[in-house]
Amino acid sequence: MTLSEGVQLVAFGLLAIMMLGGALGVVLLENIVYSAFLLGGVFLSMSGMFILLNAGFVAAAQVLVYVGAVSVLILFGIMLVNKQQPFLPVKSAWVGKAATGAVCAGLFALLTATVFKTSWAFSPEMPVGDQAIVEIGKHFFTDYLLAFELASVLLLIALIGAIVLARRELIPDTLPGEDESEALQLPERPRQLVSSVAANTSDSDA
Amino acid sequence: MNQGIDLQGSFIRAMVDLGFSPGVAKTLWLPLPMGVILVAATVSIFVTVWLERKISAAAQQRIGPEYAGPLGTLQAAADGIKLIFKEDITPAKADPWLFTLGPAIVVIPVFLSFLIVPFGQNMVITDIGVGIFLWIALSSIAPIGLLMAGYSSNNKYSLLGGLRAAAQSISYEIPMALAVLAVVLMSNSLSTIDIVNQQSGYGILGWNIWRQPAGFLIFWIAALAECERLPFDLPEAEEELVAGYQTEYTGMKFGLFYVGSYVNLVLSALIVSILYLGGWEFPVSVTWISGLLGISETTPWLQVITAAIGIMMTVFKAYALVFIAILLRWTVPRVRIDQLLDFGWKFLLPVSLVNLLLTAALKLTFPVAFGG
Repeated sequence: MTLSEGVQLVAFGLLAIMMLGGALGVVLLENIVYSAFLLGGVFLSMSGMFILLNAGFVAAAQVLVYVGAVSVLILFGIMLVNKQQPFLPVKSAWVGKAATGAVCAGLFALLTATVFKTSWAFSPEMPVGDQAIVEIGKHFFTDYLLAFELASVLLLIALIGAIVLARRELIPDTLPGEDESEALQLPERPRQLVSSVAANTSDSDA
Repeated sequence: MNQGIDLQGSFIRAMVDLGFSPGVAKTLWLPLPMGVILVAATVSIFVTVWLERKISAAAQQRIGPEYAGPLGTLQAAADGIKLIFKEDITPAKADPWLFTLGPAIVVIPVFLSFLIVPFGQNMVITDIGVGIFLWIALSSIAPIGLLMAGYSSNNKYSLLGGLRAAAQSISYEIPMALAVLAVVLMSNSLSTIDIVNQQSGYGILGWNIWRQPAGFLIFWIAALAECERLPFDLPEAEEELVAGYQTEYTGMKFGLFYVGSYVNLVLSALIVSILYLGGWEFPVSVTWISGLLGISETTPWLQVITAAIGIMMTVFKAYALVFIAILLRWTVPRVRIDQLLDFGWKFLLPVSLVNLLLTAALKLTFPVAFGG
């Protein structure tokens, strides 16, 4: 065994432990902030796995997108929406739990089937290494063009949705003047009700 | 193409001649450049802190540190020793694990990014294909550490500072990545070595700053925002947030944030000099001078001089940029958080998109000048 093989073996073991332990922590820990941080750790160890597979670009993209953007946004969401309220006992909660269990079992069965159906023999082709970026680019604009464009349209929809949600300023649940006097109102831009906004969208950009 | 001196090759050959196997020789070589770069990055903190103190003093018509070492050069060492001996306090209601982990997560990616900083044709730890993209990816990890520090301190100022840091870092990452993309478009490679080589040959005229003036400004502004330097040091705006996410930190954990921010500043300056100021290139092409004097490029003493000039030029350009950053810090007032986010999303992002499109169009029209 040469040095590089030994390093790869040890790195694989460490990354696998980090990944599995982190993933279990994400599911099992009570504190949702811990779960979110551990999710970032799982993504990081996943990018380490990509490096071991000679996929440097995918590894860097994994760090950039999942650790740098997705995890941070999840954390952001958790920290901004710090709602402290006890869980109300929901009637017939077992239906939801059973459905979740069924979905999880189904996913697990599907993945297991895929694991057993995939041929894990080493590909005879040489890994492209640093040329992978060029290959990925070619695939994006030929045989994976539809998926690529659909993903970009999906992102565009999310972007527009976020802007629409963020632009809706100060819409109260009650009519102005219904439960507060004029003197108590702060000088804000004219308020609109959700219903009137919905009615106005047809003729003007709210 | 002149390959310059190859320290790794020479070292391995020398070790093999001494009777080691090539594998052992390679193993002995590996820690050397890493150690050198780690030490250099650590020393850069002392230099930058000293520069910051002296230049801020000059900007305010003071003298600055003077008694610790000649001209106060050891002031940063004194600061560091003070921080090491301070009591390490974890607030009672803080989360001890995240509180300790936060500063480490901020610092580690910064040091890791030195992996791709070249000081010469072969003067780089490793020339990996994803190069500059690795730096962008690594710099996106830091906000997690900042959020961790802000959240675990159990302090409203800290949490607000952490959230601001994350928001700011995410907002300015996009214009920065787009500016880098325009440079990458011209050099047809993400590797930092290739990016510098594409600018070489014409001396100062070949540098990317003439082809990417808008990109240079966008990148510099975004880099300052990523480093949380004034005018963008919103996360630790002391009038509003005490010290942001650093409020509850003491001793060396606090010191780690400082180490991280100063090393990050030097790193950003190095990256700017690589992307836009020709990296290790001398303002007048060394190849051209040697051709004029009739000296072969492969002459050993010329190669040593070229390598030395390369290292000096990279460091000199980086520190010239650090000087500008320090001057900016002590002369420009801080922006407000809404101005900061507006500027990032509504101005820098569209401008960098236009810059990218223009670069692509120019590359198609003038492939000679814009790397066809």
